[in-house]
Amino acid sequence: MSDQEVAPAAVVDGPAHAPSPGTPGGARPRRSMLNGSMGRNVGLVLALVALCVVGYATAGENFANLNNVLTILRLAAVLGVLSIGMTFVITGGGIDLSVGSVMGLATIWASTLATQTMAADTHWIVMVGVALAVGTACGLVNGILVAYGKVVAFMATLAMMVGARGLAEMISNRQTQRVRVDEFLDFFRADLIGIPVLVWMFAVVAVAGWFLLNRTTFGRRTVAVGGNPEAARLAGIKVKRHTMYLYGLVGLTTGIAAVMMLARTTAGSSTNGQFYELDAIAAVVVGGTLLAGGRGTIVGTVLGVLIFTTLTNVFTQNNMSTSAQNVAKGVIIVVAVLLQQRFASRSRSD
Amino acid sequence: MVNADPQPTRPLLQMRSIVKQFPGARALDGVDLDILPGEVHCLLGQNGAGKSTLIKVLAGAHQPDEGQILIDGEVVTIPHPVAALRLGVATMYQELDVVDGLTVAENIYLGHELSTAGFSNRRTAAKNTRELMKRLGHPEIPPHREVGELSAAGKQIVSMARALSHDARVIVMDEPSAVLDSEEVENLFRVVHQLTASGVAIVYISHRLEEIRQIGDRITVLKDGRTVAQNLAVSRTPTAELIKLMTGRTVENVFPARAPIAPEAEVVLAVESLGLKGEFSDVSLAVRAGEVVGLAGLVGSGRSEILETVYGARRSTEGTVRVGGKKLRPGSVAAAVGAGIGLCPEERKSQGLLLDEPVYRNITLSTFGRFATAGLLDERAERAAAQEQSVALDLRPAGVDRNARTLSGGNQQKALLARWLVHGCRVLLLDEPTRGVDVGARAEIYALIRDLAASGAAVLVVSSEIDEVLGLADRVLVISEGRVVHEGPADSIDEHGVLDLVMEGSAA
Repeated sequence: MSDQEVAPAAVVDGPAHAPSPGTPGGARPRRSMLNGSMGRNVGLVLALVALCVVGYATAGENFANLNNVLTILRLAAVLGVLSIGMTFVITGGGIDLSVGSVMGLATIWASTLATQTMAADTHWIVMVGVALAVGTACGLVNGILVAYGKVVAFMATLAMMVGARGLAEMISNRQTQRVRVDEFLDFFRADLIGIPVLVWMFAVVAVAGWFLLNRTTFGRRTVAVGGNPEAARLAGIKVKRHTMYLYGLVGLTTGIAAVMMLARTTAGSSTNGQFYELDAIAAVVVGGTLLAGGRGTIVGTVLGVLIFTTLTNVFTQNNMSTSAQNVAKGVIIVVAVLLQQRFASRSRSD
Repeated sequence: MVNADPQPTRPLLQMRSIVKQFPGARALDGVDLDILPGEVHCLLGQNGAGKSTLIKVLAGAHQPDEGQILIDGEVVTIPHPVAALRLGVATMYQELDVVDGLTVAENIYLGHELSTAGFSNRRTAAKNTRELMKRLGHPEIPPHREVGELSAAGKQIVSMARALSHDARVIVMDEPSAVLDSEEVENLFRVVHQLTASGVAIVYISHRLEEIRQIGDRITVLKDGRTVAQNLAVSRTPTAELIKLMTGRTVENVFPARAPIAPEAEVVLAVESLGLKGEFSDVSLAVRAGEVVGLAGLVGSGRSEILETVYGARRSTEGTVRVGGKKLRPGSVAAAVGAGIGLCPEERKSQGLLLDEPVYRNITLSTFGRFATAGLLDERAERAAAQEQSVALDLRPAGVDRNARTLSGGNQQKALLARWLVHGCRVLLLDEPTRGVDVGARAEIYALIRDLAASGAAVLVVSSEIDEVLGLADRVLVISEGRVVHEGPADSIDEHGVLDLVMEGSAA
C-alpha cells in the first residue's frame, strides 16, 4: 500500500494522461535493480579480497602462492558443485538437506568391489555413471515426495539425509573403500593447462548453471515456481513436475560432486560429505539467493563458496582450530543475511 | 477548494494542511480533514491520491512534515501508534491485522493485555470481550474462539472490538467491505450505525460509491495528495461530480455499450453439467465468440469455484468442458491454457503475479516458452511482445522493466490481461476484474474487456458487485448454493431481481 502512495505521479490510472515523458519509463527501477544485485556481488568480492589480504598479512608467502590458491580452488570445487544444485532448489522455493549424505552414499556405491571390478574390466566411466545415477535417483525420490506426496521439503530431505547415510553404512560396513581403478584417479586428479580437472569441472558446472538459471525456460520456471507457486500454476506452468525436476537436478550435481570427492580423497566412505548440506545452504544464502525462493544468483553462490573455502584456508595456515573457524563462519552467515535483508527492504520501497 | 458545509458543531478531529514528503515524492501536499462526532466521513480518491498515507499519519505510523492535527480543538502530536490509541483514534487496516492463532479476547487485548503483576486477567478480558461483542451485535462470537476459525466478517468484528476496547472516538476503516459479501456488508453498516449513534466518528474509505451513498454523511475528496473538496453532503452530491473531482475529468458512461452478437457466432466455451463435489453441481453454460457472460452470486455461492474448475485449477468430479468443440482434460491448467483459456484470478497479488519480477516477465509468464529455441530464451523478442501489449493497453507507467509490485491495482490487472493478449486466448475467465481498482481505471478495464470480446474472445466474468456483472455482461447466470438458479439477458434483470433469486436460493 505505502509503495503505491509514495509515488502518486507514477500510479495515476486515468486514460486522459498520455504516458508522461517525465516518468523515465522502466529505466530507473531496472538500473537500481541491477545495482542491487551488482552491489551485492561487489560486496562479496570485497569480502573475498579482504580475506585474502588477511591471509597474506598473517601467512605471507604460505598463503599467496599458486599451489595454495589451487588447493583452495580444489577444496572449493566439491562444495561449489553441490551449491550450484542447491541454488536451483532454493530459488525454486525448496531446500535439500540430503546432499551431504547422498554424496557419501554415491561415493560408496561407486567404489564397491562390484562396481570397481566392473570398471576395471570395462571403463572407469562406470564409476561415474553409478555415482550420477545414485545421486539423481535420490534426488528424484526427494522430488516425488515433495511434489506429488506433498511432504514438506525440510522433512522429506531430512529423511533422505538420515536414510542415505544409513544405507551407505550398510553397504560399506563402515569401511573405507579405496579407489583401485587407477585410470579413474589419473583422469580426475590430472591438471589441464596447469589447472586441476576438479577445478575445471566446477567452472563448467557453474557456467552451465548460470546459463540454465538466467537464459533458459527451465530457469524462468524455477524463478516463477519459487516466487509464487500459485501464480505459476495458474499461468499454466506444471509446478509439480518442475519441482520434481529441481530435486532431480540437485541430485545430479550431488552425483558429480561425489565423483570429485572420490577423486580428491581417493576413497569412498560413508562419512564423506558430512555437514556439506549446511555449508552448501550457507554458501548459497550468503551469495544472495533468497531462502524463501524466487530469486537466485549463481555468481553469488560461487563467491559464497570461495569465501568459506578461503576462510578455512586462512585459519588452517595460521594453525587455528576448526572451532574458531566455525565461530567465524557463523558470524559471516549472520552478517550476510542481515545485509541481505537491508537490501531486500530497500528494493521493496523502491 | 470546495467547502460545502459551514461547521455546525465543533469538530472532534481536524487535520490542517498536512504535508508528508517521501524521498522522491510528495505523498501529501496540503490535506485538510474535519471529522464531526457521530458522523460517517468518507474519504475518496484514486489509488495514489494519498489516502493510505493520510491514515498512517493519523495512526501515528508516519510523521507529517508540516501541518497540525487537532483533537477537540487542541493541537496534538502522534509520535507512534500507541499515542494514537491513547488519543482515541483507532485504525482498521485493509489487511485485517488480527492474529489467527490467538483467541478473540487475546486479539482484542493484544498490546494492552489486562494483567495484575504479570498474570493476565483472562476472566476480566473474557467478560469485557463478551460485552464488546454484544455491543457490536455479535454475541454469538465467544471470547475463547480462535480467530483463525472465524470468517472474514468475523475477523473484522474482532478488529472493530479491538478499536472499541481502546475507547476509540474516531475509527478509521480502510476498505472494510473489500473482503465481505453483500450480506456481511449489511451487518457492517448496522454496526457502523450503532457506533455513530453512540457518538463515535467513522472515517470510511471505499472504492464503492454506492456504499458511500448508503452509509456516508459527508465526503472529503483527495487528489494527488491534496484535498480537492471538503465536507460535501453525500445526499446532495451527484456521483458524476464525485468522479470528476477524483479523476479531474468526466466519465460519461462507466460501462461500454454492448455489441450485438451474431446468432451464427461460434460457441467457443461449452460447459456441460459440470460439478465439483461439495462446491457446485450441474452447471451448464455456453459462451459464444464476442459474448460476455456474467456469473452473479454471493461469496461462497460457488461462482469462483466454477471458474477455477473450468480452468482446470480444480479437478471436476462430473461433466465436461469443451473449447471450440474439443474436450479438455479435467484438472489440468496446462491443458486449458493450451486450448486457449486464460484466467485473471481473484487475488492478483497472491495468485497472479510475481511481484518482485519485472512486468514483462509477468506478462509473458504463460507464453515465455514461445520465445525460446531449444530452451534458450530470446529475451529481446519476449520484451518486445510484452511491450507491444502494454502499449496497446496503455499500461502506466510505461516501460516493462519495473517490478510488478510498483504498479497500481488497475495496472496490475492490465498486466494480467496483457498476459492473455500475448497468448492470444479464445476464452477469458475474469474473477473480480476490478477488485481494488479505482473508479477511473475501472472504466478502462471494462472497455478493454468489451474490446477483447469484440475481437472474438468469449468472456466469462465473476464479480461480487452485482451492478458490475449486469452492466458489463450480455448474459447473466445467477448462482446460489452451487446451482444455476437463473439464466437470461443482462438487461432483463436488475440488482433487486438478482438478490431476490439469491436469497430465495439460499432459503430453499
